[in-house]
Amino acid sequence: MPVTLVKERFPSKVGEVILGATSEQGGTRTSTVVVGGDNLLPFLHFEGKVVNRPVIAMEVTDIVPPWNEAIKAQFGDVLDNPAAWAQKCVNEFGADLIYLKLIGADPEGFNRSPEDCARVVKEVLAAVGVPLVVVGCENAEKDNEVLAAVAEAGAGENLLLGLAEQDNYKSITAAAMVHKHNVIARSPLDINICKQLNILINEMGLPLNRIVIDPMIGGLGFGIEYAYSIMERARLGALANDKMLSMPMICTVGYEANRSKEANASAEEFPGWGDLAQRGVLWETLTATALLQAGASILLMRNPEAVKLVQRNIADLVDAEVGA
Amino acid sequence: MGLTGLEIYKQLPKKNCGECGTPTCLAFAMALAAGKGALDSCPYVSDAARDALASASAPPIKSIKFGNGSVLGDETVLFRHDKTFYHPTTVLVQVSDTLNDTDLVAKVEQINDLEFDRVGLHYGVDGIAVLEESGDPTRFAQAVKVVADHTEKSLLLLSDNVAALQAAAPAVAAKKPLLGNAAEGNYEAVVALAKELALPVILKANGLDALNDLVEKAQALGYKEFVLDPGSRKPVETLANLTQLRRLAIKKKYRPFGYPVVAFTSKNEPMDEIAEASIYVTKYASAIVLKADEKGFLLPLLTLRANIYTDPQKPIQVEPTLHSVGDVNPESPVYVTTNFSLTYYSVEGEVEASKIPSYILPIDTDGTSVLTAYAAGKYEPEKIADALLNSGVADKVGHKNVIIPGYVAVISGKLQEKSGWKVIVGPRESSGIVSFARSLSNG
Repeated sequence: MPVTLVKERFPSKVGEVILGATSEQGGTRTSTVVVGGDNLLPFLHFEGKVVNRPVIAMEVTDIVPPWNEAIKAQFGDVLDNPAAWAQKCVNEFGADLIYLKLIGADPEGFNRSPEDCARVVKEVLAAVGVPLVVVGCENAEKDNEVLAAVAEAGAGENLLLGLAEQDNYKSITAAAMVHKHNVIARSPLDINICKQLNILINEMGLPLNRIVIDPMIGGLGFGIEYAYSIMERARLGALANDKMLSMPMICTVGYEANRSKEANASAEEFPGWGDLAQRGVLWETLTATALLQAGASILLMRNPEAVKLVQRNIADLVDAEVGA
Repeated sequence: MGLTGLEIYKQLPKKNCGECGTPTCLAFAMALAAGKGALDSCPYVSDAARDALASASAPPIKSIKFGNGSVLGDETVLFRHDKTFYHPTTVLVQVSDTLNDTDLVAKVEQINDLEFDRVGLHYGVDGIAVLEESGDPTRFAQAVKVVADHTEKSLLLLSDNVAALQAAAPAVAAKKPLLGNAAEGNYEAVVALAKELALPVILKANGLDALNDLVEKAQALGYKEFVLDPGSRKPVETLANLTQLRRLAIKKKYRPFGYPVVAFTSKNEPMDEIAEASIYVTKYASAIVLKADEKGFLLPLLTLRANIYTDPQKPIQVEPTLHSVGDVNPESPVYVTTNFSLTYYSVEGEVEASKIPSYILPIDTDGTSVLTAYAAGKYEPEKIADALLNSGVADKVGHKNVIIPGYVAVISGKLQEKSGWKVIVGPRESSGIVSFARSLSNG
């Protein structure tokens, strides 16, 4: 006897955000990336259409990053050259986006000037054709100067700029409005602050389809379940037509997963935990694949081996020929 | 469809004896209405009432127990934020009966060793699935016996050949293995065997419609200890089937699908297989059968399982005793934080990253973060002073400086007075600890 399936009919969908701009659109990207747009829970093809598959933004930093050797070795000699590094991410590893993190701006580190940062952004823009995500060094005051310079240098490129936070969103939102970019709105695992921040940014005049939510995830083993549930609630909220939760979500997977001991400690140090080559890659991979099930649209990733695994996982899940 | 608590209450004996484990009949009725608990725990319910309530009071997904403490099913929600997921996905690693006995023992011992300790938790692989691939019932029975003799873990005996199951199951029935597969062609004989030995059994069919037919027919044999396998072996199909089975059971109380579900992976390369299995851990598999059998593959998957099955209403806590990071010495700084695991491990991670050996003392705040604890009066100077005293840290360091979270800078004076320690106000967020620690040690 045929079973009557339970198909949800959602009144709304996740909002679409377009990243990047081609030459016809006033930029220099060879292609754009569209995220969001789904009117279903993740990958349930019987319920609707997976309009835009989730994408991977590979992390590039403006100075040589303090990452573990297993990851650094996969990039060879490009880590001191953001443009060449970004090229490698796109050409060799198939990155959909580049997530350029300007940690060199940190006043307690290299303290690079906003002009230097903007120059790095231009170099990366010249080196690759994919759209760019650009974030600062997480020093609020400095980031406001840096991102203003970046927004101007990248005018027309329809960048995704971050991070706007509850106590520091005005100058980055203003910069994005003037130069027509998108903004990452970051809230600390709290759905009410998340909504509130989207409202504040929107009230300044930035349209909702120019905002991407960063729910500030925890990595595998370190609070991923909080992010998982906040994201499921946000996705359900978006589908139920809550416009202030309807933005696509970006998850800083590579950063969070790789700061854990489990992704870095050798088997000699922790014999009970098994081979680091397997464990480290899977730590980042499962942080990504679990959050895909909760509704992630953009995954910031770091380890090329994990990127490969997640690309295949996504391909398996967006295959609409089956499961209909 | 389900009855309300009051409707159920009318049918109960109203003795308020508490023998069911719930203090009053009304509370028991409410628990039944919520799909938790079983009518059988009431010793006085009348047969007439039992019949009337049986279908309404049964949990939406039957609890199936097998092996060494493995519990499948008995879930009540689709999203963990609605309440919680109760029974963590049972993870089984497969072995083939085509291995010779020596190799089989080596493999079983390797699987036995798939246990882990991290962040104060202990978790491991739950069971071993013995696959009949030899085509030889005698060999299968022998292999099952060898595996059973060398492991304490739960067992799954898997063959499409009823003769193989008949040969292997009786000798290990005391270990209460899960049997499989009962399918369209052999279900009568396999279910009869399961019933005779009182073992749970997997019903396998290709797709939900066929599975529905098979369950109805198998139930008609007078047995209900079932685990379902919808037959799909492609991730996107398995995700769809797992979701539909859970939705039909929970939202529609559709009885034929009110059983736990087992998922099988399709990928052969272990890293891909673990990524695939992570889909089924998040989305509704009660059990997963894997090929991967090395620690580096299993720790990430079992960690995800532990995370997803954490009760969202009960924050995980760490022991509120003195913890040390690195090779501590009398000059090591002393940090206080809370015993909410996320707070504690964020602090620990950053202290570790500072590369300065340190002590961390988590205060017992019932697993709340610094600000929540302070607002609730659980982060008072008196309490912190007591904790400092009781921790014995004073005997371990040659100074009396304690670092407190920046968010509670306001308690500095009082804490200094109560404890006799000099209070240093640390950063508000743990992310500020590295630069804070460096400036502290340089200054």
